[in-house]
Amino acid sequence: MNWRREEPEAARALVKEIARLVEGPLRLMEVCGTHTVSIFRAGIRAMMPPELELISGPGCPVCVTPTGEIDRAVELARRPEVVLLTFGDLMRVPGSRGSLAQARAEGADVRVILSPLDAVAVAEGEPRKKVVFFAVGFETTSPAIAWAVKEARRRALENFYLLPCQRLIPPAIRALLSAGRTGVDGFILPGHVSVIIGRAPYLFIAREFGLPGVITGFEPLDILEGILMLLRQKREGRAAIEIQYRRAVKEEGNPLALGLMEEVFRPADARWRGLGSIPSSGLLLRDGFSEMDAVQAFDLPYEEVKDPLGCLCGEILQGLKRPPDCPLFGRGCTPEAPIGPCMVSSEGTCAAYYKYGGVST
Amino acid sequence: MTDKVLLAHGAGGRMTHQLIRELFLPALGNEVLEALEDSAVLDLQGGRLAFTTDSYVVKPLFFPGGDIGRLALCGTVNDLAMMGARPLGISASFILEEGFPLEDLEKVLRSMEQAAEEAGVKVVSGDTKVVERGAAQGLYITTAGVGLVPEGIEIRGSGARPGDLVIVSGPLGDHEVAVLVARGDFSLEGEVRSDCAPLNGLVEAMVSASREIHALRDPTRGGLATTLWEIARASGVGVLLKEESIPIREEVRGVCDLLGYDPYYLASEGRLLAFVPEGEAEGVLKAMRDHPLGRGAMVVGRAVEEPPGKVLLRTKIGGHRVLEPLSGEQFPRIC
Amino acid sequence: MCLGIPGKVVSKGGDFAEVDFGGVKRQVSLLFCPEAEVGDYVLVHVGFAIQRLEEEDALQTLKLLQELGEQYLELEEGGA
Repeated sequence: MNWRREEPEAARALVKEIARLVEGPLRLMEVCGTHTVSIFRAGIRAMMPPELELISGPGCPVCVTPTGEIDRAVELARRPEVVLLTFGDLMRVPGSRGSLAQARAEGADVRVILSPLDAVAVAEGEPRKKVVFFAVGFETTSPAIAWAVKEARRRALENFYLLPCQRLIPPAIRALLSAGRTGVDGFILPGHVSVIIGRAPYLFIAREFGLPGVITGFEPLDILEGILMLLRQKREGRAAIEIQYRRAVKEEGNPLALGLMEEVFRPADARWRGLGSIPSSGLLLRDGFSEMDAVQAFDLPYEEVKDPLGCLCGEILQGLKRPPDCPLFGRGCTPEAPIGPCMVSSEGTCAAYYKYGGVST
Repeated sequence: MTDKVLLAHGAGGRMTHQLIRELFLPALGNEVLEALEDSAVLDLQGGRLAFTTDSYVVKPLFFPGGDIGRLALCGTVNDLAMMGARPLGISASFILEEGFPLEDLEKVLRSMEQAAEEAGVKVVSGDTKVVERGAAQGLYITTAGVGLVPEGIEIRGSGARPGDLVIVSGPLGDHEVAVLVARGDFSLEGEVRSDCAPLNGLVEAMVSASREIHALRDPTRGGLATTLWEIARASGVGVLLKEESIPIREEVRGVCDLLGYDPYYLASEGRLLAFVPEGEAEGVLKAMRDHPLGRGAMVVGRAVEEPPGKVLLRTKIGGHRVLEPLSGEQFPRIC
Repeated sequence: MCLGIPGKVVSKGGDFAEVDFGGVKRQVSLLFCPEAEVGDYVLVHVGFAIQRLEEEDALQTLKLLQELGEQYLELEEGGA
């Protein structure tokens, strides 16, 4: 199967149609960081008509790990008996006293893993260490993390702990829209989160807020098609949740994965960088698994770190302001010395604006 | 800048450059060093000497397609070749960890000799030191190399000019992927072999076809993107690339997909990038394709006047993307 | 955080399968896709298959493009 969808003629036809359908300024938000990277690598922004703006939403590794969370992970990693395991995405996210990469440089045992399968293997292989899995991810990843928790119990691994930092997408979107005003006209919805949760959890976007959403894949043509489907809805005055990524997303999602997730985790309020606390937007271990909860086992208090003064990331993430509106943009906040998540994340809205704003392509 | 060395400082990207600019150059700086070319070219009465040094700390020591010995020899020869120099002699200094198996040392040395034969060069000087168990992770090799730059040849990283075509000698990223897979951290099984090879023969063939090659560089640490950015900056030109022309093996793409890596930042150790005036390109390309190490040579872009110092990629679907230099280490991503 | 790559199931053993991604192979858990068989394509995220993939979508995109092609034809005829 040739699964890559990047034929230039098809792309040209889609872009032409997109340009034809755009009637006035329009702002579409791609929620998931993976879409941000795919859009960037395919060079899609440069192909969009000037009235169409693609905004990066909060679904990225930087946004879901507030400074306080990184600080807590770094603190744990520094303990000599601890091995901290994490996905690579978190290594460079800044904390108040450095990132996990910096902690590693200073001697902390921080290891990058590719899969919860590795987390269990490391715990089994290092019985004299306390192995803490700093677990980040959305609904796509949480079922696999749930497996790790249950498997650690099945293998009676008493040295396995979870530092949960997982987030949920629909509550975050609800929070963005419930702020009262919104600068977003439609959503490019995360294809792989939807493989797990299906279509129903997004219906409120259309029904309660009258906005369209299209569950989109990650190949260049997928994204162009998803944008086209959103524009068609706009043109036709409709607001519905549609599936562009039909080859992977089923209406009901993946019930097996959902079931395991629900067995191991419960929703809880959670903090997002730049957005503050969002109700029921995170996952914590259910009581039956609490002995593996690193926060309890290591007695780790959470120290709130205030978002930097003047930083407008919160409003930029909601689509209400743009990078040049922020007093810090380019003045103290740059990709080399970023302050808020929109600049920390290498393809965040501010970082992208900074890097590509001045180059005519 | 941080107050401690980070792994990112060794990745070949922005942080490496920052370390060089802010620490090494202020201390050691001079005209020759500050040009930051692959080799220094020194005037001898009646000729120009190319002189380079390098260190090799690769882990694991052995990988499909090569090992630290082959890598050390080829890397040093290539630094000379990128200035158009004919290698005259290599020196190699070995830092050995106590307990390192002599059998492995022998394998490394024989491999180095094999590479030297391929390059037509000799290892003419050496040194050995042993450090306690725990230091050096087995073996580190530091090299130096000298070569002669023929008269009339002016090849340097700052030599690219608007209108030049950018040529790549073959598929990119094989080396780094081979090493990653061999390291075993990711439990991947693959058939990718390092492309590690001495390029002086290929360069000689290219120079025979044209004495107007403007710039050569091998895309090692930091990959295609970082190397082109270095040349673009040093030369004051922009570079426009066509994504569909850039050769990358399917398995290399597969590993990149799995790890979330961007293939344009992966190191090759047996490939080169050339900036060649348009009128000379056909001849050079033919000479490359006639050589065993240049069979996969492709024109991947051109140098332009604006915007200087920037590398732009026209993507497969017809979009545009700026290729920034590598910022720190590339970490595998799940996002 | 949603990198998902399609791969082909090469062999199966219990909860696990060997999956081929364009020449690179890896062990993948079939816990969430137990129905996947050798020869099937699965979408893999962090070492777990999360969906069996259907080929039919390729046809949808083609349909869409044909549609677009027809629209242009109409536009041209209408405007001429």
